[in-house]
Amino acid sequence: MATLNSRIPEGSLGEKWTNHKNSIRLVNPANKRNIDIIIVGTGLAGSSAAASFAEMGYNVKAFCFQDSPRRAHSIAAQGGINAAKNYQNDGDSTYRLFYDTIKGGDYRSREANVYRLAEVSANIIDQCVAQGVPFARDYGGLLDNRSFGGVLVSRTFYAKGQTGQQLLLGAYSALSRQISKGKVQMYNRHEMMDVVLVDGQCRGIIARNLVTGEIERHGAHAVVLASGGYGNVFYLSTNAMGSNGSAAWKAHRKGAYFANPCFTQIHPTCIPVSGDYQSKLTLMSESLRNDGRIWVPKKKEHVEAIRNGSMRPENLAEEDRDYYLERRYPSFGNLVPRDVASRAAKERCDEGFGVNKTGEAVFLDFSSAIMRYGKTEANVQGVKNPSEAQMQKMGEDVVRAKYGNLFEMYEKITDDNPYQTPMKIYPAVHYTMGGLWVDYNLMTNVPGLYATGESNFSDHGANRLGASALMQGLADGYFVIPYTVGEYLADDIRTGPINTNTPEFEVAEKEVKDRIKGFLNSNGKTPVDEFHRRLGRIMWDKCGMARNEQGLKSAISEIQALREEFYRDVKVPGRAEEFNPELEKAGRVADFMELGELMCRDALERNESCGGHFREEYQTEEGEALRDDENYAYVAAWEYTGMPAEAKLHKEELVFENVELKQRSYK
Amino acid sequence: MNLTLKIWRQAGPSVIGKMETYKVSDISPDMSFLEMMDVLNDQLIRDGKDPVAFDHDCREGICGMCSMYINGQAHGPNRGTTTCQLHMRSFKDGDTIYIEPWRAAAFPVIKDLSVDRSSFDRIIQAGGYVSVNTSGNTQDANAIPVPKENADKAFDAATCIGCGACVATCTNSSAMLFVSAKVSQLALLPQGDPERELRVLRMVEQMDKEGFGNCSNTGACEVECPKGISLENIARMNREYLRASVTSE
Repeated sequence: MATLNSRIPEGSLGEKWTNHKNSIRLVNPANKRNIDIIIVGTGLAGSSAAASFAEMGYNVKAFCFQDSPRRAHSIAAQGGINAAKNYQNDGDSTYRLFYDTIKGGDYRSREANVYRLAEVSANIIDQCVAQGVPFARDYGGLLDNRSFGGVLVSRTFYAKGQTGQQLLLGAYSALSRQISKGKVQMYNRHEMMDVVLVDGQCRGIIARNLVTGEIERHGAHAVVLASGGYGNVFYLSTNAMGSNGSAAWKAHRKGAYFANPCFTQIHPTCIPVSGDYQSKLTLMSESLRNDGRIWVPKKKEHVEAIRNGSMRPENLAEEDRDYYLERRYPSFGNLVPRDVASRAAKERCDEGFGVNKTGEAVFLDFSSAIMRYGKTEANVQGVKNPSEAQMQKMGEDVVRAKYGNLFEMYEKITDDNPYQTPMKIYPAVHYTMGGLWVDYNLMTNVPGLYATGESNFSDHGANRLGASALMQGLADGYFVIPYTVGEYLADDIRTGPINTNTPEFEVAEKEVKDRIKGFLNSNGKTPVDEFHRRLGRIMWDKCGMARNEQGLKSAISEIQALREEFYRDVKVPGRAEEFNPELEKAGRVADFMELGELMCRDALERNESCGGHFREEYQTEEGEALRDDENYAYVAAWEYTGMPAEAKLHKEELVFENVELKQRSYK
Repeated sequence: MNLTLKIWRQAGPSVIGKMETYKVSDISPDMSFLEMMDVLNDQLIRDGKDPVAFDHDCREGICGMCSMYINGQAHGPNRGTTTCQLHMRSFKDGDTIYIEPWRAAAFPVIKDLSVDRSSFDRIIQAGGYVSVNTSGNTQDANAIPVPKENADKAFDAATCIGCGACVATCTNSSAMLFVSAKVSQLALLPQGDPERELRVLRMVEQMDKEGFGNCSNTGACEVECPKGISLENIARMNREYLRASVTSE
């Protein structure tokens, strides 16, 4: 088994990427035509990589489980994408974006990877504009920016609350162009069922055609997983229903190390759970914290009155409100990073100040912003001494222009008008910083198997900053992996097409078919969703916003018991050779039940608090995360051994040469 | 709430389908429509019956995967709403709800309520892009200012989610709203200008080839579009098409 070599290039931080690009081996254009690359997933990381490889001359096969590559869940990203353009002249720079990301990640990411990300960020914006992505612009026709949590500059580019959609459609259009040329073969409604290794190298995948149920073999010289994160292990999350961790988990079972699985991001501003039937949670973009103020009542009697409906929150006097983020973190206020904001909301709700029936909600209030914008707008329009109602109206229009679609979305779900009454929000699972371990070239420890975007672990440490996921997905796909893959493929120019009629493919295909048979032949009575819900409950209660040793240990045994019950009692209707969504779910949930256990194991092993990983035993007197840099400044990379609880830990020490490790402070 | 559901069941593309009747009870008004469908499927699976196949993914109105024809309307009774954003509070206790798939020759049924919309992908592949490589070595993003009004209109057109409600609701199964949204977005931006003639000609040609019908200006597509894509886009596409037909060889 390969050792953990991160392959970070020599040289100073600012020179590493340039030096590396200059020394990476190249594959000549004629040889590229003889090399096949498989890409699993067509979100930002996958579509962009597929388009780029095809433009370079490689033969690409791209796979997605949705009915079109345009539907990957990157489409749902709302707020924006960061780039160190410094268009606002507020002192932004590559170094500052790098520093904010390292600090925001609570010093658990790799310096060299993060710096490269910051370095290529500006190119992303240039590229997207050239593709016709309609970013928001000001009246001068230039690009507009806004601010996100954990930073003090405005470097976020956006397209209303639909930035992910616009960026993905840009990448999808680049991909479509290559499909039309025949350089990319697109496999919609296909799911990767396993990776195939030949002599230790990744040489293809087994896929299932989700319409016909046919099991297919696909060979390639390299396989890139761009399959997203595993937030759906919690059942309720902001992920799409189909988002799953199976591609990454299958790779893990075949030898790829899984890094920092316990680093999950709980996003502070989501629409609260309304009932047991709930199937997903909806995010309200972090960009709303530019203008929204978060509060709960100061007094319990007011909490009670609001809960039972005898008082409207908008009528509560200013002095009776506790703007707890502004109180606790005066310098960043409502724009503290996500982990900090989420824990602060939980703290208030645990103390009994939650403002809805379940006691798990806080207010996100736009009234001051509406009046402030209204006043400015009145000045702009030359209205002297505007009335409250006039200002409210004009202010609402400004807010509508900025966040209209989010406000509509909120109203549709809750039947409440957020222009008139504050939104109710609560933290929910949103993103997973952990993922497959990769080196600087984005290759896993399995030669020829790569992981990009959310499916790898590399850039966000223990907490991702807002508007950085889109940046990473596109950076990996457009600007990193198209170069770094050459280092490996340069050895493959004489290999010729990968033959799939070999024992390795045969065995892998048989395993896949047997597993499917196993699900269908189980004589149980309980639908898959019920197991998924129960798994999610365990994970949320014991491996969610706060964790402790005892809880994690009990979670591990509960998950093991649940898994056993699943294989005994699951009911999967239908046949293997047909369109069968329940069968798809069964496979994904089975994988989540192993991955969830590994997450708990990882959380148990990490005896410190950092970023999204908050161990109750390790906190400061003020309740902030207490890191232990001496013992835990490493990446935990887990090797599969047969049972998640017995996974073997490998450590990649994190070396910080350019930033000083400090207690994160947003006060 | 207790409801009666009349749902289109069709085992496969070439099998004849029919409406089946189901009952669901204890439905909360706060449930989304798809969560109500989850309840039905849970019930069917426990009874040893075949659950209803339907497409869905993000459940927040942006991926464009969900696609149900509810009581004779694409995405149900509310304006500007996808099926996943529709909530049961829009229905009354005791209601009978009819649920069908998108119906159009260019969207063949896969199973039950699930249809094949890959024809939309092929239309985009025919020219719905700017031919720029992904090298990143383009000019600075602010090198060409774009008037805010054009940028905003391009954005509004670009918010199309490709769900196909426009086609499903059109008496001619026309895809003009979908195609014109992409043509408009790129025609309104300087980056899309060099290829504007070729783009509109190719995309319209592919649209016809896929078997979508013509537009007869009833405007139903605009009414049913969950993203409020404007009919103005169709007018713009017609102008673009005419312009391209006159100016190209």
